[in-house]
Amino acid sequence: MADTTSDSFGFSVRRLPGFTALAIACYAMLYAPIMALVAYSFNAGSSIAVWEGFSLHWYGAAWQNEKVQEATILSLLVATVSSISATILASMAALGTTRIRPYKGLTAIYAMINQPLMVPEIVTAVALLIVFAIIKSTTGYQGLIYLISAHTAFCIPFAYLPIRARLESMDLSLEVAAADLYATPLRTFKLITLPLLWPGIIAGMMLAFVISLDDVVITEFVKAPGQDTLPTYMLGQLRRVITPEIHAISTALLSISIIMVSIFFLLNRKKS
Amino acid sequence: MSIGGESLSHTTDVKPQGTPRISGYEAAARKAEVHRNILLTIPALLVLVLAASGPLLVMLLYSFLAPGDYGGVVWQPSVDGWFRVFLTRDIFDDTLMLQDAHVTIFWRSIKLSSMTTVLCILLGFPTAYFIATRSDQTRNLWLFLITIPFWTNLLIRTFAIMEIIRNEGIVNNLLIFVGVIDVPVQMLYTDFAIMVGMTYVYLPLMILPLYASMEKLDFGLVEAGYDLYATRFRVLRRVILPLVKPGLVAGSILVFIPSLGAYVTPRVLGGGKNMMLGNLIELQFGQGQNWPLGAALSIALLAIVMVALIVYVRTAQRSTQAHG
Amino acid sequence: MRHSSTDTASGGTSAIEAVNVTKTFGSGDEAVHALKDVSVTIRENEFFTLLGPSGCGKTTLLRLIAGFDHQTEGTILLHGEDISLLPPFKRPVNTVFQNYALFPHMTVAQNIGFGLEMLRKPKAEIENTVGGMLRLVKMEELKTRRTDQISGGQQQRVALARALAPRPRVLLLDEPLSALDYKLRKDMQIELKRLQLETGITFIFVTHDQEEALTMSDRLAVMNAGRIRQIGTPREIYDHPAERFVADFIGDTNFLTADLLSADGGAISVRLTSGREITLECDHPAAASRHLTLAVRPEQVRLTADGSASPLNGVLENIVYFGTDTHYHLRLQDGGSFTARLQNSRERQELFAEGDQLGIVFDPETVQVLRD
Repeated sequence: MADTTSDSFGFSVRRLPGFTALAIACYAMLYAPIMALVAYSFNAGSSIAVWEGFSLHWYGAAWQNEKVQEATILSLLVATVSSISATILASMAALGTTRIRPYKGLTAIYAMINQPLMVPEIVTAVALLIVFAIIKSTTGYQGLIYLISAHTAFCIPFAYLPIRARLESMDLSLEVAAADLYATPLRTFKLITLPLLWPGIIAGMMLAFVISLDDVVITEFVKAPGQDTLPTYMLGQLRRVITPEIHAISTALLSISIIMVSIFFLLNRKKS
Repeated sequence: MSIGGESLSHTTDVKPQGTPRISGYEAAARKAEVHRNILLTIPALLVLVLAASGPLLVMLLYSFLAPGDYGGVVWQPSVDGWFRVFLTRDIFDDTLMLQDAHVTIFWRSIKLSSMTTVLCILLGFPTAYFIATRSDQTRNLWLFLITIPFWTNLLIRTFAIMEIIRNEGIVNNLLIFVGVIDVPVQMLYTDFAIMVGMTYVYLPLMILPLYASMEKLDFGLVEAGYDLYATRFRVLRRVILPLVKPGLVAGSILVFIPSLGAYVTPRVLGGGKNMMLGNLIELQFGQGQNWPLGAALSIALLAIVMVALIVYVRTAQRSTQAHG
Repeated sequence: MRHSSTDTASGGTSAIEAVNVTKTFGSGDEAVHALKDVSVTIRENEFFTLLGPSGCGKTTLLRLIAGFDHQTEGTILLHGEDISLLPPFKRPVNTVFQNYALFPHMTVAQNIGFGLEMLRKPKAEIENTVGGMLRLVKMEELKTRRTDQISGGQQQRVALARALAPRPRVLLLDEPLSALDYKLRKDMQIELKRLQLETGITFIFVTHDQEEALTMSDRLAVMNAGRIRQIGTPREIYDHPAERFVADFIGDTNFLTADLLSADGGAISVRLTSGREITLECDHPAAASRHLTLAVRPEQVRLTADGSASPLNGVLENIVYFGTDTHYHLRLQDGGSFTARLQNSRERQELFAEGDQLGIVFDPETVQVLRD
């Protein structure tokens, strides 16, 4: 390592010996498994150990698999409905808890909003299993509302955080100026607050969408038989003989997440 | 409304002495504002009560009921579930014994979570430091590269690890190719696999808060340390570490808590035999069919998490008090 | 080599010697030349100041001496030994940082003892020295306080004590007074001078404040754009600025242009723009050029109502009262401006009014012929 000689020449205040090497190793460790996964999704053969040439075969196979089709549709449906409802609820909650004089119970409200971040998922999952079992047995209803409401609940904190951050960085004097120029509170909200808040809302919604799309544990416990999302379908498949079809599905899901996070990153950067 | 009334006291200190009451107009405006804020927050809280906090209370209740024959509960009070968390009764002579399997699983959960946390610190600390010492232009890119795996599906990342450590996976093939080993080493379906997997999936949770602390690190202080004859190691131990401690504690909590409650990673990489708490809980709602025991185990897990969180909040408060 | 006349270390041995030091940040088109071929010798037990505007390279030179950065070319000697290759923690040099850089997670006493602890001194010795340092900077009562619980002036004292505690061969001070308010700064100037005399340690002080530099230094170097422009005692620098930048940066100066008529040894004869001829003393070869720049300090001139015999004439445009003195701003015949600063005293009765045509009178000895 070059670091061993640095004490005698080229001393740098910011460098610590070996840290750069460890960091690079860490990045390699983070990306190597994902890269290998993506690579094998293009494998022509059905083996997940031997490379038999480039092919899009498994993407086609996954695309034509009826179970995958159903799971994809359900995943997107649940993620869309849950992220939109979570974002609306979180936006309202953010407006009601940010830039205000503190009132009694505010700390309890914060704790409740952030609860899904603190409680282990498996705990929430079995608690929901219990409660929804009671509701199912009394009403007999088996539909999607269970999945959607569970997803909406745990998406709320993820949507809430960027919206709140955006609100806190907003210039309060703009709204005062609007009020001074005869705008009613409702029009001030529509013409000033909402346009300024918009990037935060979009960012929150995208995070919520990704979180919902990726969820395994809660979905696994809440879903009725036959209500498989892509992650729960994959979890089931992992117990069987694995073919590169799983790799193809993973790569597709991965791409969606990366695109969403990239947009989120760009939106946040524009702000600062 | 009591909420509005209570909060009036907050504004009294801005009034001149001798007039503790605020004007009627101000009080009314204040009350309306609080009403509005609460009304805005209620819908979100309602959903959370329905699908997050409320079910936890129901589960607490269930842990004190008797188990049904085929899952579910019988509506009669019982501490059997809590009793079975650590104890068992011999089938033949009815003597009380420690439930060895459960003790093992609790111990494995705590052990693997702790080791995962330590591994994440060892890898995450140099990485966070590396990012914090990049130039302003490249720093965001390095950070972004940490964020991507953070937002990538946990199942996919676990699957990716499973793929490379399996007997025919890249790691074994590489080791055989280099000549370190002749036959594949069984890594998958061991505690080691779970630990590696959890380190892999939770590493970004260590790096991000650590980086947030290091970004604020005043390198003038590092310079001062070197100026005062501290070697690199002593600057690290006496100057950098104490200053980034809040981030280190936050990162440790963020890794330890989900590790302790991990379900997917031990299920995929531990292969059924090497269960952790999350899998034990699931078992009670599946094959085990002892819902009160499952509920009690969940509450126990939650309690450990809460203790960890309280320790964290205490530490965080102490360090904010110390540094103003 | 231009400055060799004023850059000799004739008295005492040298503490720090920088030889042809160049520092370049970056490379190619973006390269910034922070220091260009700088050579300076700082004597032992000297209070030496590096003075210059921001970005002149003074802090860079200080950081090179401390070891935080490395020179691109040249050598730095400490008591005759080349220290260029030593990391900062092996250099017997300590720094008082501009923002103090006190460790927020340690008490006042822990901060002061940090250097000694790192040098692995015995515990008793550390305690002893820390106690002495606390007395020296009058901070005994606050030794158990955290450094964010004390005022800016107190932090300043702790930073000083911390840097002095290991008894460095050279103490570097990087604009340490800039964060203090005016009155505290005045007190600290005296305090610093006292500490330097009491400890006998060489101080290298970096500042952009010319007043600070003049009042505290034994000698100072005026820097601009990566080069040292002039080195000398405060009086030498103020009374005999070698070039326009130095004359302009230190104190207020009137610049006059003049044509050289004749040179005879140390004396030259010049013609001012007013047409008057005067004879000046000048000992440097720059006087060989045809057009000269002269510097006249505003406090070295007198004004007369009758301008017939004075070398310059001007119209009084503006009078600004400053308490101890009054500034008279005049417009010269050639269009240039000129300022005269006259001390206010009870006897001064001749009051001029704006619009008056006045004569400007000065002693040729106080006129400085500049090099460029």
